[in-house]
Amino acid sequence: MTFAYLLQLVFAGIAAGSIYAMVALGFNVIYNTTGIINFAQGEFVMIGGMLAVTLTQTAGVPVWLALPVAVVVTAGVGAVVELIFIEPLRSPSVLRMIVITIGVAIILREAALHVWDEQMRAMPPFVGDEISSYEFMGAFFKPQAFWIIGALVVSVIALEAFFRLTITGQAMRAVADQRDAAALVGIAPKRMVLLSFVVAAGLGGLAGVVVTPDTQIAYNVGTELAIWGFLAMVIGGLGSAAGAIAGGLLIGVMLKVADGMLPPDYRTGLVFVLLLVLLAVRPTGILGSRARARLREF
Amino acid sequence: MRTCGLMALCVAMFCTGLAAQEAEPIKVGALFAVTGPASFLGVPEANTAEMLADQINEAGGINGRKVEILVRDTGGDPQKTVALATELIIKDKVVAIVGPSRSGSSMAVIPVVTKHEVPLVSCAAAETIISPVEQRKWVFKTPQKDSQVIRHIYMKMKDMGLSKAGIITGTTGFGGAGRAQLLKLAPEMGIEIVADETYPPTATDMTAQLTKIKASGAEAVINWSIVPAQAIVPKNMKQLKMDMPFFQSHGFGNVKFAEACGAAGDGIMFPAGRILAVEDLPDDHPQKAPCLKYKQDYEARFKEPVSTFGGHAYDAVMIVVKAIEKAGPDRAKVRDAIEATKGFAGTGGVFNMSPKDHNGLGMDALEWLTVKDSKFTLLSKVAKAE
Repeated sequence: MTFAYLLQLVFAGIAAGSIYAMVALGFNVIYNTTGIINFAQGEFVMIGGMLAVTLTQTAGVPVWLALPVAVVVTAGVGAVVELIFIEPLRSPSVLRMIVITIGVAIILREAALHVWDEQMRAMPPFVGDEISSYEFMGAFFKPQAFWIIGALVVSVIALEAFFRLTITGQAMRAVADQRDAAALVGIAPKRMVLLSFVVAAGLGGLAGVVVTPDTQIAYNVGTELAIWGFLAMVIGGLGSAAGAIAGGLLIGVMLKVADGMLPPDYRTGLVFVLLLVLLAVRPTGILGSRARARLREF
Repeated sequence: MRTCGLMALCVAMFCTGLAAQEAEPIKVGALFAVTGPASFLGVPEANTAEMLADQINEAGGINGRKVEILVRDTGGDPQKTVALATELIIKDKVVAIVGPSRSGSSMAVIPVVTKHEVPLVSCAAAETIISPVEQRKWVFKTPQKDSQVIRHIYMKMKDMGLSKAGIITGTTGFGGAGRAQLLKLAPEMGIEIVADETYPPTATDMTAQLTKIKASGAEAVINWSIVPAQAIVPKNMKQLKMDMPFFQSHGFGNVKFAEACGAAGDGIMFPAGRILAVEDLPDDHPQKAPCLKYKQDYEARFKEPVSTFGGHAYDAVMIVVKAIEKAGPDRAKVRDAIEATKGFAGTGGVFNMSPKDHNGLGMDALEWLTVKDSKFTLLSKVAKAE
């Protein structure tokens, strides 16, 4: 067990965990504003990735243009989803919301199957090619991993700036905090709900664009990502952005360390044992709080 | 007068009845994973079956009768496969069944076809599908035998002077069966397995498992899986600067996987069916003509490259059709005819079935292939060039 070995595993875990963290951040944005747990979040990642491949590989669009276009289009899909499925609802129960978002996930997946086909798709890394890697202290780092981690950092900074410094962001926080009071001061909650879906879908799309050069993409990758992202949110604490990051990275590192040090097939069991222990000791998650954990009304 | 008319009517009805009998199509069932996690297997297989049915019917059908291939989507799920198989057998009264696409589903369906005595020609690869053959009277398969692929790989390793193998396998039916064979055959071929890692079918990064293999002193790495993740293993290997020889199973048989590897693809070696490098075959090779025709027809109609997966369906359908041609639409006779298939040149090789061998392919069905510039070529061609 050398240091290089451990470093290799931890770095791989951070890269993988960054994607789970970005999915969890998307979950959080919608949850904070609306109380909905949007299980279609994983599909936004898939759509972002598929769009990126189609734009760069089929349409020959350069990466620096394809990336923002894919993110914007995915955000648009989020808006459409909200307008069709969420907006018409009148005080639905939590269970109904969960079922509806799972249904949305299925619809998006089937639509993707029809638009694209069942084949897996790949695109080359943004920088270098499929075999480039840098060596540092005996471990090897692939360039795309830095883009993935960078996307997480950029997302966090952008979200923080948005929620703290812009009026719209503050309005969304107001709706999250006290929906009726926000309405009373002239904020339209419905518009904030729509915006939350747009932001969450955009986050998912960004995750999809940066992860596809590394892991390939197919129409059915969204389900598993949604599960890990949801777990990251629960482990980190519902509603907490820092918790989402902590949860995501923790899951990522744990999975890689399990793969690298334990006998095969212990990986998922290990994460779930962690989840059980954590929730027994600290039910609201690592960085969660009682107030945020109460499933708020929509 | 009235009796005459009535008699004429009866005769006319009888004749039309007979004619209707003649025109009734022969039904063959097909179970493919068209949607779900194995759709990259099921879609080319279903496409191939559909194309072959059309071609056979345009050429006059089987002994003058049209053939109808009833394709059912299993979704890659064993339980669903069993339910669909039962429906095909009892409700649709099919003469034979081709498929399923996956090893797990094939194993699940064996009791059903055995009980109802319906011949099944699977397109899945695990050896246990047709072994022990005494308990697999009604079951056949077209993909090459895992054990022969692995023997080829171990023989190649010995030729290269290597004896320590690190294996990494997927946790699906195909991957698990391959792993069992890799472990079983290693001692008798003089190979030592120094690392034994697995990954789930939806894995997206195998850096951790490969790090372990790297540290184990493996002289060659063998990956055994059928899922798209098999294209990620070579990328991760190169990123970790693991330059030792890398072998894939015959599950690598879709050129999209080679493309997905990009620069990491060059140098991958795997034994597979000759359909993947058919242009490189000499013109007098028995497989060249049928493979070339299948490739051209498939790619023109479906606008995607051929794969060994669609090829297994081609072999299965053609074997069943030829058996029905010989023996008529009787389930037991068709089974006997399938078992007596000799000298059939298909995409996977030249088939010679027997009561002891329900696959019919030998070591020579496999050809060493490699990847160069994201395309498959014969390894012998590349080796000669160097």
